[in-house]
Amino acid sequence: MTLLEEPIRELGQRLRDREISAVELAREALSRAEELDPAVGAFLRTTPELALRAAENADRRLSEEPTGAPALCGIPVAYKDVICTEGVETTAGSKILRGFVPPYSATVVERLSALGVVPLGKLNCDEFAMGSSNENSAYQLTRNPWAPDRVAGGSSGGSAVAVAERFACATLGSDTGGSIRLPASFSGVVGVKPTYGRVSRFGLIAFASSLDQIGPLTKTVEDAAIVLTAIAGQDPKDSTNVAAPVNGFLDDLHRGVGGLRLGIPREYVESGLEPGVKAVFEQSVQTLERLGALVEEVRLPTTEYALAAYYVIAPAEVSSNLARMDGVRFGPGFPGASSLREAYETARHEGFGPEVRRRVTLGTYALSSGYYDAYYLRAQKVRTLVAQDFERAFSKVDAIISPTAPTPAFRLGERTADPLAMYATDVLTLPANLAGISGISVPAGFAEGLPVGLQVLGPYLGEAACFRVAQALETEVGIWDRMPPPAAVPA
Amino acid sequence: MGPDATARGGASVSVSTPSQWEAVIGLEVHAQLLTQSKMFCACRADYLGLPPNSNTCPTCLGLPGALPVINAEGIRLTIRTALALNCEIPEFTKFDRKNYFYPDLPKGYQISQYDLPLSRNGWLEFGSEGRSVRAGITRVHLEEDSGTLHHAGEIQTSAFSLVDLNRAGVPLMEIVGEPDLRTPGQARAYLHTLRQLLIYIGVNDGNMEEGSLRCDANISLRPAGSPALGVKVEVKNMNSFRGVQRALEYELERQAELLDRGEVVAQETRGWSELEQRTVSQRSKEEAQEYRYFPEPDLPPLVITRAEVEEVRAGLPELPAARRARFQTQYGLSEEQALLLTARPGDAGYFEEVAGLGVDPQLAANWQLGDLQGLCNAVNLTVDECQVSAPALAELLQMVQSGEATAKVAKEVLARAFETGANPAETVRSQGLGQVSDQGEIAAMVDQVLTQNQKAAADYLAGKDQAFGALVGAVMAMSKGRANPALVNQLLRDRLPRPGG
Repeated sequence: MTLLEEPIRELGQRLRDREISAVELAREALSRAEELDPAVGAFLRTTPELALRAAENADRRLSEEPTGAPALCGIPVAYKDVICTEGVETTAGSKILRGFVPPYSATVVERLSALGVVPLGKLNCDEFAMGSSNENSAYQLTRNPWAPDRVAGGSSGGSAVAVAERFACATLGSDTGGSIRLPASFSGVVGVKPTYGRVSRFGLIAFASSLDQIGPLTKTVEDAAIVLTAIAGQDPKDSTNVAAPVNGFLDDLHRGVGGLRLGIPREYVESGLEPGVKAVFEQSVQTLERLGALVEEVRLPTTEYALAAYYVIAPAEVSSNLARMDGVRFGPGFPGASSLREAYETARHEGFGPEVRRRVTLGTYALSSGYYDAYYLRAQKVRTLVAQDFERAFSKVDAIISPTAPTPAFRLGERTADPLAMYATDVLTLPANLAGISGISVPAGFAEGLPVGLQVLGPYLGEAACFRVAQALETEVGIWDRMPPPAAVPA
Repeated sequence: MGPDATARGGASVSVSTPSQWEAVIGLEVHAQLLTQSKMFCACRADYLGLPPNSNTCPTCLGLPGALPVINAEGIRLTIRTALALNCEIPEFTKFDRKNYFYPDLPKGYQISQYDLPLSRNGWLEFGSEGRSVRAGITRVHLEEDSGTLHHAGEIQTSAFSLVDLNRAGVPLMEIVGEPDLRTPGQARAYLHTLRQLLIYIGVNDGNMEEGSLRCDANISLRPAGSPALGVKVEVKNMNSFRGVQRALEYELERQAELLDRGEVVAQETRGWSELEQRTVSQRSKEEAQEYRYFPEPDLPPLVITRAEVEEVRAGLPELPAARRARFQTQYGLSEEQALLLTARPGDAGYFEEVAGLGVDPQLAANWQLGDLQGLCNAVNLTVDECQVSAPALAELLQMVQSGEATAKVAKEVLARAFETGANPAETVRSQGLGQVSDQGEIAAMVDQVLTQNQKAAADYLAGKDQAFGALVGAVMAMSKGRANPALVNQLLRDRLPRPGG
C-alpha cells in the first residue's frame, strides 16, 4: 500500500491537513521509482534534488496557507522527455539530443511549477514521439506493467507506466496520433488528448506541429480534469493556442450520462477488433446505456483515408521540424567531419534512429516539388473531410465512443519489422488529431489480463463531455484502483 | 540628309556594340525593417555591434520546443511599404517554411511567404536618363533574416566557421520587381529611388554597406525589340549602387559576347566580385535548391482587415516624388533644388522648417544646399544631424534678409556655430558683428579711405570704373565686412561725383 495510490483530491487533502508532508510524499515516490522502475523502464532520469527542493517549498506553502494552497501543491508529477525542463537534460528519447539541457521550461511545466507540483524526472518515449509501442526510444525499453513481454504503448509509454506503477500521481505526455490515449489504454490508466490549441505547445519538442497536443495521464478521470484545468488556457508564446475559457471540466464531471447521446462510428467497430477488445467495448456500451445514455450509430466515412493522410502530413512536418537537429548548437555534433555536408550527414545519421529517418525521408519526399500536390495537398484535403465527418457526427451526438485501440498491448518486437502494422495501431486515435478535437482513454476492463481502454471523443473544445462519459464509466466499472502485479526486474 | 545621319540614327549594323541585344532586368531587394524587436521573438532587431550570440533567445536560436510569435509592427511596416509601392493588399495571407540546411539558419528553415504574400501588383516610378520610368512590383513579402558566419580569411580555406545568430530572425522584407528594367543605369536608378522611398517612410535605414538593404538581380538578353525572353542569370553580392550597375554592365557584356558567338547563356546564379570586377558562377540550374515550401504550422494564417490597411495608409507620409513636385510649386524652387532638398526626409524637413519661419525659400535653399551642406559633407553629417538647428539657421538668415548681418558675416558665424553649437544670431549680436547701417559711422570710414587712397579716387574720377570697386573693398575691409554695402556704395558716389554719372 502506498500513498500514491490515492487520487489527487484525497492526497491533496492529507497534504493540506498536514497529515503527511510533501517531502515524505516525494521520498516515497522517488524510492518507489528507484525500487520498481528498473523492471519497467519508465524514467529516463529522475531529479531527486529538484523534487525535494520543490517538496520543501510546497510544504512551506501548505503550512502558510493550508486552505488556499492549490490542489496540485506537493503532488508528485513527471514529464515525458519531449517536454523542455530548464536545467534538466531533455532528449526526446533521441541520441541527437543527448546532453541537451534546455535553458527554458515549457509553459505547461511553468504552470505546474507555479502551483507547487513536485517534479520527479523525465519519462521515456519513442524517439521524438514517433511510435506506438515505445520501442523506438534510443535509450531504453519501457515494458507493459501488466505483462513484461508486452509493449507499454507509445509514444508516451513512460508517462503511462509511471502512473500505472504509482510512481507519480500525474504525468504529462503528448499526443500526435494517439500517443497519450494508446499507452493509457495499454497500461490501464486515464489519458487525455485535449482539443488542438487547448494546451500551449511552447517548450514541447515538436513532432508534427499541427497535430501535437500535451495532455495528462492519471489514475482517475477527475485527476485528469484537475491537471488539464491547470495546464490549459491561452499562452501568448504559442500562436496556435485558442482563447477559450478553461472551466467546466470538474463542474459537470459527476452529472452522469443520463440523456447524453453517444455515437458509435460504424467504421471503427465493424472490423479488425480483437475479440477481447470487442467484448470489453460491448460491455462498456451496455453499461453506459444502463446509466441512461442514448447510443446510436454514426458514420465517419473518410476514416479509411485518415491513416494515409496522417502518414503524409505528420512526416512532412517532421522533415521540417527536425531540420534544427543539425549538430551545430546542441547534441553530440559531428566529430571528425571534414565538410559541411559530411557534418550534417554524420550528426543526423548517427543521431536519428531508423523510424525517425524513415519519417524524415517520407516527409521530404512528400513535400518535394512535383509531389506536393499529389501528396501533401491531397492529404490536407482528406484532413478537411475527416474534420467535416466529425462535425456532422457531433451535430447528432454529444460524444463518440469506441475502443482506444483494436488490440490490447501486443508483444515486444511483434510489429517492429512491419511499419504498416505498427502505423495501423493508431487507426482509431489519429482521426481525432487530424480533426483537432478532444479525446480521452479510460480503463474499461481487461482482456486476458491486459487492460483495455474506452475512447471517448468530444467535439472541438468539448473536453467536458469526454470527462463526463469517462467518469460515469470509471465509477461503474470500478477498476481504476487496480494495480499491476509486482514485476520482476529483468536480468 | 548628311552622310553620317544613318549612323547617328542607330540603324547601322555595328558588330562591336552589344546594341543588337536588349537587357531584361528585374531586381529583388531585401530590406531589414526598423522594428524594435525581431520578427518572431522579443530580441532586439538592431543587432549591430553586440557581442556574438548575445542577442538571442530559444526562439531565434531554433532551440527544440521554441515557437515563433508574429511581430505586428513588422506586418504594419510591410503593409506601409506595399502601399507606398502601390500594391494590392489581399485580405488573407500566411507564412510558409522555406526548408534548407545552412549553419546560419538555426531552424533548418526560414519562415517566409510563398503563394499568399502580404501584397502584390504594385509599381515604382523613377527618373532615368532624363525620362520617367514605371517598373512593376511583383510582390512585397515578409520573412526572417538569417544569422551570420565568420571565417578565418576565406570561406574555402578557413578551418572553421563561427556562427553568430544575433541577426537571426530580424524582419526582412523582400521586394520583388518585375523584369521591366532595360539598362544597368535604370536598375541603379530604380534601386536609388526605392531606397529613398524606404527611408522616407521609415521602414529601413538604407544602409547597403552594413547589409540592411541588399540587392540581387535577374538579367537576360534578347534581340532588341523581341518580345521573347532569354535565359536568365541571377546575380548576387552587389552591395552598393555602383556594384549593381557595374555587375549588370559586366553581365550584359558577357552574355552579349556569348550570344554574338552563337553560344548559349547558362541558367545559373553568379556572384559579383567587387575585387575582380566580374561575376563568378556560383550554382547551376541543376544544383538549384529544393526548398520544399509548405504552410508554417506554428503560425495561423492572417486576416488583414480593410480598416487596418486604411489606418496604415492614413499614416503614410508624403512620398518623395510628391514632395519634390510640391517644393517646386509651393516654394518656387528649381527642379534641381527640389531634387536635392528632398533626397532625404531629414533634409526636406529641415528646409521646410527654415522656410516656414519666414525665410525666403530661395535664400533658405541656397544656404542649406551651399554653405551648410558643404560644412556637413566635410564631416560626414546630414543637415538634420548637425549642431545648427533649423530655427537657428532661420534666425540667422532673417538677419541677412533684413540687412542686420552681411552674407560674409553670416557665413563666418554659421561655420563657427557648426563647430561649437553656439546660436549664430546670438553670436552676431553679442560680438557686435551686426551690419553697420549708421550713416555717420560709414561716412567717417569713407572719408578715411578716400584720404588714404587718393590715387584710386583720382582714377575713378578720371573714368576708371574698376577703381571704384577697390574703394568699396577698402571700406568693407575697414568695417571688417559689417558695413552695409549699399550705403557704402551710395556714400562713395556722393563723395566722388562724376560728371554725367
